[in-house]
Amino acid sequence: MAGLLQQPGYEEERLQRISELLPCREVQAGLLLSLMGQPQQYCYPSIFIFGHRSSGKSHVLNVLLKELELPHATVSCVECVSATLLFEEVLLSFFGSDAASLLPRSPSLSDFVRVYRLHRSQFPAKQTRYVIMEKAELLRDAEANLLPALLRFQELVEDNVAVILLSEIVWDTFRPNTGCFEPLLLHFPDYSKGELQQILSRDRHPSYSAEFYSSYINILLGVFYSVCRDLRELRHLAALNFPKFCEPLEAGKVKETDTHKLWKNIEPHLKKAMQTVYLREVSSLQWEQMQQVEEHEAGALRGLSAHTHVELPYYSKFLLIAAYLASYNPARTDKRFFLKHHGKIKKTNFLKKNEKTSNHLLGPKPFPLDRLLAIFYSVVDSRVAPTASIFSQISSLVTLQLLVQVSHDDQLDAPKYKCAVSLDFITAVSRTVNFEIVKYLYDFL
Amino acid sequence: MSKRKLKNAHLPIGECVSQVHQILRERFCRHQLPERPAGLEAQHKHLEELLKRTAVHGESNSVLIVGPRGAGKTTLLRCVLRELSKETEVQKNLLQVHLNGLLQTDDRVALKEITRQLHLENVVGDKVFGSFAENLAFLLEALKKGDRSSSRPVLFVLDEFDLFAHHKNQTLLYNLFDVSQAAQTPIAVVGISCRLDVLELLEKRVKSRFSHRQIHLLSSLTFPQYLDRVRAQLRLPDDFPDGSFAEEWNASVKSLCEDGSVDEVLRRHFHSSTDFRSMHALLMLCLSRVSVAKPAIRPADLLDASRLCSADTKVNMLRGLSVLELCLIIAMKHLNDVYRGEPFNLQMVHNEFKKFLQRKSNSMYNFEHPVVMKAFEHLQQLELIRPVDGSSAKTQREYQLMRLMLDHSQIMEALQKYPQCPTDIKQWAASAFA
Repeated sequence: MAGLLQQPGYEEERLQRISELLPCREVQAGLLLSLMGQPQQYCYPSIFIFGHRSSGKSHVLNVLLKELELPHATVSCVECVSATLLFEEVLLSFFGSDAASLLPRSPSLSDFVRVYRLHRSQFPAKQTRYVIMEKAELLRDAEANLLPALLRFQELVEDNVAVILLSEIVWDTFRPNTGCFEPLLLHFPDYSKGELQQILSRDRHPSYSAEFYSSYINILLGVFYSVCRDLRELRHLAALNFPKFCEPLEAGKVKETDTHKLWKNIEPHLKKAMQTVYLREVSSLQWEQMQQVEEHEAGALRGLSAHTHVELPYYSKFLLIAAYLASYNPARTDKRFFLKHHGKIKKTNFLKKNEKTSNHLLGPKPFPLDRLLAIFYSVVDSRVAPTASIFSQISSLVTLQLLVQVSHDDQLDAPKYKCAVSLDFITAVSRTVNFEIVKYLYDFL
Repeated sequence: MSKRKLKNAHLPIGECVSQVHQILRERFCRHQLPERPAGLEAQHKHLEELLKRTAVHGESNSVLIVGPRGAGKTTLLRCVLRELSKETEVQKNLLQVHLNGLLQTDDRVALKEITRQLHLENVVGDKVFGSFAENLAFLLEALKKGDRSSSRPVLFVLDEFDLFAHHKNQTLLYNLFDVSQAAQTPIAVVGISCRLDVLELLEKRVKSRFSHRQIHLLSSLTFPQYLDRVRAQLRLPDDFPDGSFAEEWNASVKSLCEDGSVDEVLRRHFHSSTDFRSMHALLMLCLSRVSVAKPAIRPADLLDASRLCSADTKVNMLRGLSVLELCLIIAMKHLNDVYRGEPFNLQMVHNEFKKFLQRKSNSMYNFEHPVVMKAFEHLQQLELIRPVDGSSAKTQREYQLMRLMLDHSQIMEALQKYPQCPTDIKQWAASAFA
């Protein structure tokens, strides 16, 4: 495919080198290059490039601009917390440090354009200058005039300059309500499975053959492709799990060509990786250490989510259980669950529920403090005095973010709470105090 | 003449193509001024006379140029100014101040810019001294001191005029219009805006001082005129160095515009928008395909460019999602169908997805809850789903209510285009319509 990039005004061998650096992106790079035109020609004032994460947007641009030695300023909108940093960065990379120092202390856009024009008249552009804004979706949160001004930057400074915006989000959500200069939209499509395979197979291990590595990539994609298409994530996972794949080979159990045995060895391992290291439950370092220690079964290590278990005082546990019950049970069923002599309740009426109203689907409901205490006294077997410590335990549960106070209108008089823990967490807590919570939950009757 | 033409007629083809690029790119990107703005003769005459009266006779005027984006407002004004600057009297006499609502976001900045552009005495080097009040007083005094006969007229051009109306108390607009009403220094205030209701934004005192003269640039273009415009935009000028190449090029442009499929594409563009900007974007994409190997625009180029322009961006993004994310989107679509657009949370979506898996008894997509949650969060990052209320910290992530930002047709179109979409998922997506 090399040699597909053609554009007069640039050296042939450079274009050749670029097309080798950009696998599976020749079409996009070619289109971009033809839009940019020859260095002294004008480029379209603003170009908006969108595509999924790690579809090579900034990589293509960086390689093009670096290899062709075009004047450019790359600005990440995450770093530019204020517009000042953006202005300084652009001036610095186009005109050097003395231009940036001309800006007043808190420059407005007007100052920036003025300083830019001043220098533009001293050093007129011989080649198109490019301003690249990465993560451009953050520009929407900046001042309202920044994005429209950047889109017509060429017109404002009357210079041969083009602004290229990179984003993951579609252009429709960017448009200000009074309209703006419409940029050219370019889409970078996702890599297909074959392309991912091709790119991932490039960074093969030198001590193994290319076919061996590419069969490994094939297995990896078979497990992960339906969940994740992020090249960077896949590359990371490939690097992490490769030693495990090679293990039987090094032990001399199988040959390189015995794909089936290798697959049988690695597949459960990769499935486990999806539940742990893909979710960052287990850090990459821990995962690597786990692979080295033979007797340590992968995944036996407690992940991040297992550490959410906290040690609570006895009454706090019951308070939390009571809060969970109050949040997930409708109030009309309290009598049936928590009163000893509740009399007769019509069974048909009681069990009239459909799936849509299930609280485990809709989320927790707020409840008043009185109801929490009533359920608490009912579930705790012994007599508990309503001391200050009980109430302070409630508020400490709020600071631990296990409970959430809902309405902030009154702190003392009838405050309302919501329980913010998951079912797994609360079953674990109730098991420690020998309380069968599932029996008391309306949704599981 | 003919001899020179003959001599020049043998430029190498690469040179010719790069010349074509040079000329047309300046036209499309820099918005180089045309000879006469097309279809705007009456407005052009009106504005020219108005500004001439200020520049020559010292009359104070104010006018608003109103029209949709890309209708040629700035081009019209720049054409008029170019015509005016040809007259030596005007050139000697008229001072110009250009302000832009995007740059001068408040009156203080605008005032500094005015004093700077008028080269007034309190400017030393590149710095302006004095507070806002001093500056305003100084400027007003300078403007007031003048009279109709002796002082030089000033032209104020306010681009993005509607943004100036959002300044505090509209002080700048009030003072400018006030000076234009009183018998002081002759000034002309030209506002350029894309809002048709721009007069409603003005305060009563400001509005009463404005002359209520408006120039509307509402396009009443017919399709043949649009076609002419496209042809004129692509035409090479007569002074092109290689005469025979220019002739060939112009002939190819002419035959391009007569092509049936091109006609259809242009008609579609004409029906969606008639402004210059979208036309330039389309032609720019065509031009980028012209190379030495292919020194003319072919109908296929235009078709490709139009496809690139009019593609649905959200569908493009949907095509790059993983199978799991696509399944979640289909589950959301089903929830939307069943509960008539009520918001949903992750639990409901996952529940719906699980129901599908049970029905199919297919364990291939049986992912754990955290994996599903990660996919869900990715969708939220892409803004394909959006939280109903912003209070994200208050509720757990599973129970945060969301809305889907896609409609049926987009999802179905994306499913059709999805590479290697599993059949059972396709069927599941279609089953809601039954």
